[in-house]
Amino acid sequence: MSQDNGVLLQLRNVTKEFGGLTAVSDVTFDLPQGQVLGLIGPNGAGKTTLFNCINGVFPVTRGQIIFRGVDMTGWKPYDVVSLGLARTHQIVRPLQELTVLENVVAGSCYGHEQRSLSQAEEIALEVLEFLHLAERRDQLAASLNVAQKKRLEMARALAARPYLLLLDEVLAGLNPTEIAEMVQVVLRIREQGVTILIIEHVMHALMNVSDRVIVLDHGELIAEGLPGEIVNDPKVIEAYLGDPALAEKLMSGG
Amino acid sequence: MTTNGAVLEVKNVSSGYGEVQILWDVSLKLERGKLTSLVGANGVGKTTLMRTVVGLLKPSKGQVNFNGSDITRISAHAKASQGLVLVPEGRQLFTDMTVFENLEMGAFTGRAKENYKQNLERVFEMFPRLKERRDQKSGTMSGGEQQMLAVARGLMAQPEVLMIDELSLGLAPFLVLDLFEILRRLKDEGLTMLLVEQNVQMALAVSDYAYVLNEGQVELEGPSREVAKNEDVRKAYLGI
Repeated sequence: MSQDNGVLLQLRNVTKEFGGLTAVSDVTFDLPQGQVLGLIGPNGAGKTTLFNCINGVFPVTRGQIIFRGVDMTGWKPYDVVSLGLARTHQIVRPLQELTVLENVVAGSCYGHEQRSLSQAEEIALEVLEFLHLAERRDQLAASLNVAQKKRLEMARALAARPYLLLLDEVLAGLNPTEIAEMVQVVLRIREQGVTILIIEHVMHALMNVSDRVIVLDHGELIAEGLPGEIVNDPKVIEAYLGDPALAEKLMSGG
Repeated sequence: MTTNGAVLEVKNVSSGYGEVQILWDVSLKLERGKLTSLVGANGVGKTTLMRTVVGLLKPSKGQVNFNGSDITRISAHAKASQGLVLVPEGRQLFTDMTVFENLEMGAFTGRAKENYKQNLERVFEMFPRLKERRDQKSGTMSGGEQQMLAVARGLMAQPEVLMIDELSLGLAPFLVLDLFEILRRLKDEGLTMLLVEQNVQMALAVSDYAYVLNEGQVELEGPSREVAKNEDVRKAYLGI
């Protein structure tokens, strides 16, 4: 399949099964260049599994993943990142014994630009500046607090200079002030032209940063649209709040 | 006891894990004999609140009162002995033990031992499936049966307040209905309960009073019937 105009990532009928459990079922969507796409869904809907399929942590059972016009289905994560797709993890795991700068240099070495170590350090310093971590460059990663570790996780991904950034719950565990700061960071990354796919439970923040939103429920894509459309979609409301018919049955049942 | 009033009172509690604060100044009250539900989206702190109330987590601020006394710093097993009982999320059964042995494990406190026989008869009457399977290893039962056992084990502890964390998670609709029927029966019998439930429609239908938690704070509270009509509930889940 050739790359459509302006479409950076295409998923075609992506399915992931673990034994008898279908965690992601027949998911198809396009992510246009420059957009922020929100990915939401109740607990266990398959959001992180879908991320793991996109960046190659899990091989897909069926379907195709096309990035920058290249069919990268079945690629390993280190090959995916070298094509310009980086991600953050819900549970951050920096290299604790390395400094903040060394962590980000490591991220920078894996990007699509195949840089030398000295170039990598230059990029890393820029990214640390951007994320307000520059003054902590020589601290051990282990010594950072939660909010700083979350920013370091972003820095490692950004240092690979990705075309597409997958963000998995970068706001989890942050206080309201830190959330507001992180939202600004996401918006600034987007201004730089990076396309973003974001999983987030802090809904007001997600709805604010996303151009469009897709919704997973039991592994299936049940809705796609503008944030304002999504929050009024009866299927989405039922996925989050439960089936009103069942509640009626309970109350009329005796 | 017939006196009305708050059995359990959570006052201005802040809590979390290490340096990650999850709850911010949360207050709630359980009225005696009422079913109170606590709803809210993923990751807003519902389980953290349950764990803090029963003593598995220590709050960084605030107070928990049970029957008028401050129990904030009392250990979890001591709270269970006083009748504050949790049915934990994910059931947490002793999967290599039989149904009967699991029920025995629920009845380790002094207050539970006194009424052991009576309580056992009661849970077997309430859950005939468990009686049929009394000598089966609990880990070999279906998800719905395991959830019944988790509730039954909680009842064996002779609770004054029964706290249930996710009654219906992962269960098929007909089982959800069965379990909620049981809940309604317990309520009719006068048991004070706090229910955390991801199925908001069911929780609001069955409960008397509801709290909506959002991002670690109580966003909304009121009689469940009124909360069910409030547009802000949808907003708490979906952001706008």
